[in-house]
Order: sequence, then structure tokens, then C-alpha cells
Amino acid sequence: MSTNKAVASKATNRPLSPFMIGPFYKPQLTSMLSITHRLTGLVVTLGSLFIAGWLISLAAGPYWYEGYAHHMLAWYGQVLLFLWSWCTLFHLCNGVRHLGWDVGFGLDLKTAYLTGYSVVIVSAVLTIAVWILAYAA
Amino acid sequence: MSLRSPLSRARGLGSAKSGVHHFWVQRLTALALIPLTLWFVFSVARLAGGSYEATYLWVHYPPFAVTLVLFLAIAFWHAALGVQTVIEDYVGHEGWKLTMLVAVKFGLAILGVACIFAVLKVALS
Repeated sequence: MSTNKAVASKATNRPLSPFMIGPFYKPQLTSMLSITHRLTGLVVTLGSLFIAGWLISLAAGPYWYEGYAHHMLAWYGQVLLFLWSWCTLFHLCNGVRHLGWDVGFGLDLKTAYLTGYSVVIVSAVLTIAVWILAYAA
Repeated sequence: MSLRSPLSRARGLGSAKSGVHHFWVQRLTALALIPLTLWFVFSVARLAGGSYEATYLWVHYPPFAVTLVLFLAIAFWHAALGVQTVIEDYVGHEGWKLTMLVAVKFGLAILGVACIFAVLKVALS
């Protein structure tokens, strides 16, 4: 919009939303989880390339599948998959928290912190559970 | 001048009744993705490092193929809506914003259709 441009050019020196956290705005659990929700959402979306690679190589046949699996099972593939799994599970847990807010649950400060810490713990536990299952299988 | 109260106007969801469509679909897809994502992540973990045959048979099994297609369609839809919000919030330049929105939507549509086609190819063969 042209009005947005006018406002932006008038006040280019003021700290803008995501970049104000740190020097201008004290980081808190709530704001950190909020930005992490967005970042993990983007990482999970990028990670959909791995799902696509997996399914397309499966459809292409054993030769392609083994080639793809070779990279996914290498250390760099495992690191990326670990990151992807945690991002997915964090986004899922914090997403449940967001859905609660949408219906009016847990908007007070005390509950927001309680659910915030729960999201950090539950997403970590789920990620560890997934990887125990992966290596036990 | 309208005689409707501000609350009544807000409840009417705007003139075209589409003002909250993006918000609503984002929440509906999020709700559906809770069980679907948990199922997908734990299923893939169980298949991890397994043979081509084991994975093939898993995707080939009709209930799993149907659930996979549901997961993929809803996940890519949810991703497109989410990335759209991020772009709209942080990209100020109108040209860049439009270019990125189109690129992301086209890209995710291609990826999503390719994934679903791959599942169907395995499931129906």
C-alpha cells in the first residue's frame, strides 16, 4: 500500500518488530516462543523438501530410494532430520497452545508461562521419543 | 450511515463474509494436523533405516496411503497459509511481497502435488 510506504520512509530509524528484541526490548519466554513458532514453521516448510525427496524416490524405485536413504542416514542427513523433527514437534505443541488462545484459554500471564514451559518440555520429550523409536527399530 | 453496531458488523464477518477465511482455514488445518503429524512423525521413525520393501508396503497399504494423502494435502495448505502470513508481516516492498507470495504458493503447490502423486503411484501399483 502507498500509505505503508509513506509511514515506513518517515520512520526508518525506529526499531522494527522482529529486530527490536534484544537491544530495545527485553527477551521473554513468551516473545521468544512466539518468534520460534514462526521460525520453526518456516523450517518445517523447508523440510517438506525432505518428505518430497523421500516419497518421490520411493515412487521412482529401489535404485533412487537407496541413493536417497544413503544421504538421509549419513551424519549430515541425521542432523537435518533431527532439526526437522524437533521443529515439527515444537510447532505442533506450541500450535496447540495457540489454538487454546484462539478459544480464550490460557491468556493470563501465569497460564501463558506455564503452557510455555510445558511446550518446551513436551516438544523435547517427544523428539527424544521419536529418535529412541527410530534407533530401536 | 449504518444503524448496525460495531459488534454486529464484526459478527457479520464483513460484506463478502470472507474476512476471516484465512484465519479460519489456518486453524482448521492446524487442528487436523495434530493427529496427522504425530502419526506421520512416529510412523517415519519406525520405518527409519528400513528397507525399500518395508517402506513401499507401508505406503502401499490403503489406510496409510489415504492418511498420507490427507496429511500431505493439509500440511502443504497449512504451510502455504503460514508462510503467506510471515511474508505479509515482514516484507514491506510491494513488488517483492507479491513475487515471494506467488513463488511460495506455486512452489508449495508443485511440491504438494508431486508428493501426493508419488504416494498414489506407489499405492495404486
